[in-house]
Amino acid sequence: MFSPDRRWLAALAPVALLFIVWHVAVVASQSLIFPTPWQVIVGLVELARQGLLIKHVVASLFRVTYGYLLAAALAIPVGMLMGWFATAHTLLNPLVQGLRPISPIAWIPLAILWFGVGDLSPIFLIFLSSFFPMVVGTAAGVMTIDKKLLRAATNFEFTGFRLFRSVVLPAALPQIVIGMRIGLGVAWLVVVAAEMIAVNSGLGYLIIDSRNAGNRYDLVVAGMVTIGVIGFLLDGLMRRLERLDEVRWRYET
Amino acid sequence: MRAKIEVRGISKTFPTRRGPLAVLDDISFSVGEGEFVAIIGPSGCGKSTLLGVLAGFEKADRGEVSVDGEPVREPRRTGIFIFQQPSLFPWLNLEGNLVFGLNGASPEERRRLVAHYISLVGLEGFEHAFPYQLSGGMQQRAELARALMVRPEILYMDEPFGALDALTRLRMRAELLRILSRERHTVLLVTHDVEEALHLADRVLLLSPRPAQIQTVIDVTLPRPRLLSGPALLELKASILKELGIGEVAEGAV
Repeated sequence: MFSPDRRWLAALAPVALLFIVWHVAVVASQSLIFPTPWQVIVGLVELARQGLLIKHVVASLFRVTYGYLLAAALAIPVGMLMGWFATAHTLLNPLVQGLRPISPIAWIPLAILWFGVGDLSPIFLIFLSSFFPMVVGTAAGVMTIDKKLLRAATNFEFTGFRLFRSVVLPAALPQIVIGMRIGLGVAWLVVVAAEMIAVNSGLGYLIIDSRNAGNRYDLVVAGMVTIGVIGFLLDGLMRRLERLDEVRWRYET
Repeated sequence: MRAKIEVRGISKTFPTRRGPLAVLDDISFSVGEGEFVAIIGPSGCGKSTLLGVLAGFEKADRGEVSVDGEPVREPRRTGIFIFQQPSLFPWLNLEGNLVFGLNGASPEERRRLVAHYISLVGLEGFEHAFPYQLSGGMQQRAELARALMVRPEILYMDEPFGALDALTRLRMRAELLRILSRERHTVLLVTHDVEEALHLADRVLLLSPRPAQIQTVIDVTLPRPRLLSGPALLELKASILKELGIGEVAEGAV
């Protein structure tokens, strides 16, 4: 519909429209406390100048990286076991499906009880939040492997680890990547919530602190915008993975 | 002719919700080295199950299959199965698929084999194409090439051209005959296409309705290349259709 160079423009148009409506609404309501888009930009520049923006972004990303990688390191093997061995599935699936619907936010009191106030609590919450989508995605990926492919590999006398590495893993990879993308999205959602309570750095902390220390709503919204932009970039990164040859076949007919 | 495959008293029953379902009933035959045997029978008679048992993918309840005197217990790379639906690995390109089953070949040897079999099945220029970029007929050629790469002694083909359109099917049959004339393999072909069986096979086993038994064995002694519209072939076809109980329909004398 849009040529590639126009696509950027097309995507930015609604954003510009939002800014205009937002600006007009703030001006019309004569709000003293809610910032205009321009005030938010000024706030962002102020945070950047003080070095606070980079500090909080790094703090949040650091926690997400640890929690997320830990979750992936555990979730992918567990998901593989559940997908491959019916016994593992029978044993673990009820547990996974029962724990999965509990919002990571509900775990915050327990996280603080167990890990105290510090980096470990949010890392634990991120771990929890991204673990389940990755387990479920990986297990589904392994369970839905085309039986024809397994038959063909068996015919070439592939068994054990060789079968796993050459067929099971590559066949499940697209689903694993989907699980990883969802997991990262959830992790980024949860880090903000966790940082509002358990620590004194990170984008979540920036938001809650800006409100508590003098109703700086320009900085609150600046924090929100930063979260949005980084989340968008993270998702874009994961989408790039989906375009790799190793993954793309799943989306081709 | 030396017996390559020896099938003795194969029986198989599937448990179903409505009780046991006998599928194969005491089937015995042998296949000579380099022989092309087609198995035909009414749909649902168990011919695919039989082929699965022969290749070691399924276990028989009774009886034994042996290849070169060795009992078949599991699928072996010496006998490659070719399905109706291609089973190429979708994350590998054509070249990757072809070398998949190779064990310990040197890089030069791999390259030589890939080049040889890609040209044998007429897929030159598609070495780096992924399966989803190939048409159904091309995928089936690639499947055949991948099977031939490991130099199997036996090809088990379960309606290999069944999913292709009529023209491609005809072309694939000719290709298969051309390839077999260069590299002789023992072939077992399951098909429901009587003409296909007569076009390709040295011998046709006609199975009865379930539980399948061997109803008739037809030696196809017609000289090759076979003329599909030749009177001898048509006569054979008519007699087989009659055996299948649809002779009158096929002759248009309803």
